[in-house]
Parts: sequence; structure tokens; C-alpha cells
Amino acid sequence: MLEVEGLTARYGSIAALRGAALSVGSGEVVGLIGPNGAGKTTLLSSIAGLLSPAEGRVTFEGQDITGRSPEQLLRSGVALVPEHRRIFADLTVEENLRIGGVTVPAAKRVELLDEMAERFVVLKEKWDVPAGYLSGGEAQQLAIGRALMSAPRLLMMDEPSLGLAPVLVDLVFELIGTLRDQGRTLLVVEQNAARMLEVSDRAYVLRSGEVVASGTGQELSQRDDLFDTFVGSVVAPGEGLPAGGAA
Amino acid sequence: MTELAQNLIDGLGRGSIYALLALGVAVVFGVMHLLNFAHGELITVGGYVALWTLGAGWSWYIVTPLIVLSAVLTSLAIERVAFSRVRGSSDFTLLLTSFGVHFVISAIFLLYVSASVKPFDRPSWVTNTYSVGPLNIEVYDTVVIAVTVLTLIGTTLLLQRTMFGLSLRAAAADFDTARLMGVRSDTVIRGAFALSGLLAGIAGVFWLMRAGSISPSAGITPMLKGVLAALIGGLGSLRGAVIGGLVLGLAEVLLRSRLPDSIASLTEGVVFLLIALLFIFRPQGLVTVKHAVRV
Repeated sequence: MLEVEGLTARYGSIAALRGAALSVGSGEVVGLIGPNGAGKTTLLSSIAGLLSPAEGRVTFEGQDITGRSPEQLLRSGVALVPEHRRIFADLTVEENLRIGGVTVPAAKRVELLDEMAERFVVLKEKWDVPAGYLSGGEAQQLAIGRALMSAPRLLMMDEPSLGLAPVLVDLVFELIGTLRDQGRTLLVVEQNAARMLEVSDRAYVLRSGEVVASGTGQELSQRDDLFDTFVGSVVAPGEGLPAGGAA
Repeated sequence: MTELAQNLIDGLGRGSIYALLALGVAVVFGVMHLLNFAHGELITVGGYVALWTLGAGWSWYIVTPLIVLSAVLTSLAIERVAFSRVRGSSDFTLLLTSFGVHFVISAIFLLYVSASVKPFDRPSWVTNTYSVGPLNIEVYDTVVIAVTVLTLIGTTLLLQRTMFGLSLRAAAADFDTARLMGVRSDTVIRGAFALSGLLAGIAGVFWLMRAGSISPSAGITPMLKGVLAALIGGLGSLRGAVIGGLVLGLAEVLLRSRLPDSIASLTEGVVFLLIALLFIFRPQGLVTVKHAVRV
């Protein structure tokens, strides 16, 4: 469904991404893990059209989407839940969801709004509340719901558990699990490698802008040599990655 | 007490026009981070449309929509010709561009029309008054306030109830994220300029009805009032722009009536002094805007 080949991105003269390659199949949940500064967000931003890659190619459902703007990409069926959620604080919950459906026809938008109200009960209860008043967990659900409003065929998430309390982190990974069970196609950048591998079908490990390993959650969780990659991250040497991580 | 009530009505009439001008400035600022010093030129263009059409014997009933239409089209043309080319540039570049547009439009009228002030007929009812108890109310003020209220209701409905309005508000809050949601930047920016032109056009009709004349530099004063009112209200805040306009109008009228005759001519200066004091104690203006992201 999504193919990334030889993607290189630079911030000035610094290469943040060096020939990264990955693929996401239909109905798969693919994790993109690695320590801070590994280039995970850069890779996602390059796919999402927020950054123009210096080299490489991105195809989605056979179409070359390299360098397309975010709005063009969304219309092609790729949505992004950005880092830090970036919900519109002054707009109500309902308005945030509605703007997420700006690209779909009005009738479909109403259908999707009903679906989101059913899926995210906590948001339904705060439908007319400005989104700035939501808790971190609620705001993350809203950000995911807002992205789902465009009825994407591929949903990308950037650090969905970042800055959340442990109980809310559980909630976010439960939600990813639910979306996986519904057959959604997801590409998720996550620093919480152990948790991500639990819900991923496959994952890629990034270090210093390069993909250094890939495989199923189970395969990656058993590779002790990858521990060094996560120094400073949520998985410390000796802790081990979760066994039987692949779903 | 009667004098105060009289001043309040006069101030609201004047402030209503400022509010419409400021709202136009704020709408564009919200999506582009551009403080548009060419905003007054929309009234200049409308003024020459009024001059030529009234001179040809057309009535104000026909001229009024033409003024509004000319302001909308001019606003869209300015965006297309000038501002679309500097999107994403620094605030300073945008500011310089807006000054450039202001000077170019003034120069065109100066070179190809006339440098002198050209009078035109004002509607006969502009100077009419009617009494309510001890109050002597101008028909003009009543119409201005009523039209402003209707315009603000219409603008509010547009912003709250339509996908364009929602896109505009989202883009004003965080343009990059709005684009991520699929909001088309071209549509929202051109829509903002069209709305800004519409508001300037409506304000311009009343401004010109009162002025009864036009000159190449006629847009400077309304531009200054609109920008000042937007600053007073808090740049980027649409509600603040309306409040800022009303506050500025009321301050001008109340000060003019309260200041001793010997210094009444310094009203404008005193207003600027008060605005300076406001910015010392509340630099963000009357209404705080959480964020305004430039594109």
C-alpha cells in the first residue's frame, strides 16, 4: 500500500534521514521505533508532505506521492495525527472533528461524526466544549478521531503516547489495538518501543536517520543487539523487549 | 446624562465603521499574519467608483452594491497580484508589500485621475435627524449601527455554521495543522481576502456617504483606524477587532466632547496617547489571542 524508497531529508546541511526505506501493507499496523533524534518524525513528515525530501520516492497505492502537499495527500487517502496532537483549542470538540472531515462530502461527514460519537464516548460527552479544556488523553482521542474523519485508507500517528500519564498511555495503545482489530492500516512513530511492538504487525528501527532493523514485533523483541539503539529511551539494556510482541 | 447618551450613540455609529474595518484587517491577519496597510485602498477604489457612477447620474441605491463589489474584487486582485507572491515570507516582507500596494494604488489614481479632492453628491438623508425624547439622533448613525449589527450577525453565522468559516477559524489558529486536515490554503486565503473586502466595502459605503469626496490619499485615515482598532482589540482576534473598533469610536467622540475647547483639536493625539498607555499595560490588546500561525 505504502512504499518508501531511499528517502533522504536534510535540515540545512544536516542529513536527518539517509536513504530510509519501508513498506506498509493493507490492514497492517507498522511501528517506527527508535531513540530521540533517530529521524522518526522526519521520516513521517517527509511522507506526509510537511517536509520535502532531498532524495527518494514515496508511493501510495501505486501512485507517486513524493513531495505532495499535506492537503493533496489527505485527499489521496493518507491522514496524519501530528506530534503533540495539535488540536484547535478554541474550536469545540465537534468543530475539531468536523474540520477533520473537510475533504469528505457533507452527507458522509455527518455519518462519520455519528461514528466518532459512538466510538469516542468521552468526546460525545464534551461535544460542545472547547477542545482546549480536554485532558491529555481526551485530546489524543480527539486528534485520532479528527484524522479518522477524513476516512483515510492509511492513518499515520506521530508519537501518540508522548507526554501522557501511564494510564492514558494504556488507553492510547488500546485504541491502536482496536483500530488494528478493525483492519485499519496504521503507520505509527513511537518512542515507547516495548508497547509499540506489542500492537504492531511489523516494525522498523531507526537510528541516526537510517533503518537499522525491521521485522515482526516478536523478532525485534528478541534481538538483544538492538538494546543499544534504545539507550535513553523507554527500553533499557537488560530489561528486555516484551516477548511475543507481534499480534 | 442626555449629552452622554448622545455621545454614546454618536460613538457607536463611528465605532461601527471602525469595527467593520478592523474585522477585515483581523480576518487577513489571522490567516496570513499580514497587517494589511493597503486595506484603506479598498475604500479609495470604492470612492472613485462612487465618483464616476454618481457623476453619470446613478443613484446611491445602485452605487452602494457597486462600491462593495469593487472592494471585494480589489481585495482579491491585491491578493493575487501581490500577496500570493510573498506567502510564507517574513512579517517584515509582508508589511513592506502592503505598504507598496498602498503607494502603488494611490499613485495610479494620482497619475491617471487627479491629485485633487473630487466631491460627489451625498445621499440626502445622511444629515437628517430624528428625536427620541431629549436625544437628537442622526438617521445616518442609526443605519450604520443597524447595518453593522446585521453584518456582524452574518459574519458570525458564516464563521460558525459553514465549512469555509470553520476552515478560516482553524487556519487562523494553526495554519499548518489546518492544511494537514485538508483545508486548502488557496481557498481559505482568498476567502479571507474576499471577506475582508466585503467588510471594507460596507464600511466604505458609509465612510464615503459621510465624506462626500474622494482623493488618492483618502484610504489612509480609514486604514489607520482599522489597523489601530484591530491592534486595540488584540491582533488576530475577530471579537477583539469589533470591540477595538467600538472602543476607538467611543473614545474619539467622548474625548472630543469632554476635552476643553482650547485642546479639542488635539483629540486624535490624546486618543493615540491612551492607546500607547493601553499597550504599555496590556501589549496583547484587549482580547488575548492564544496563537496565530503565519503561512
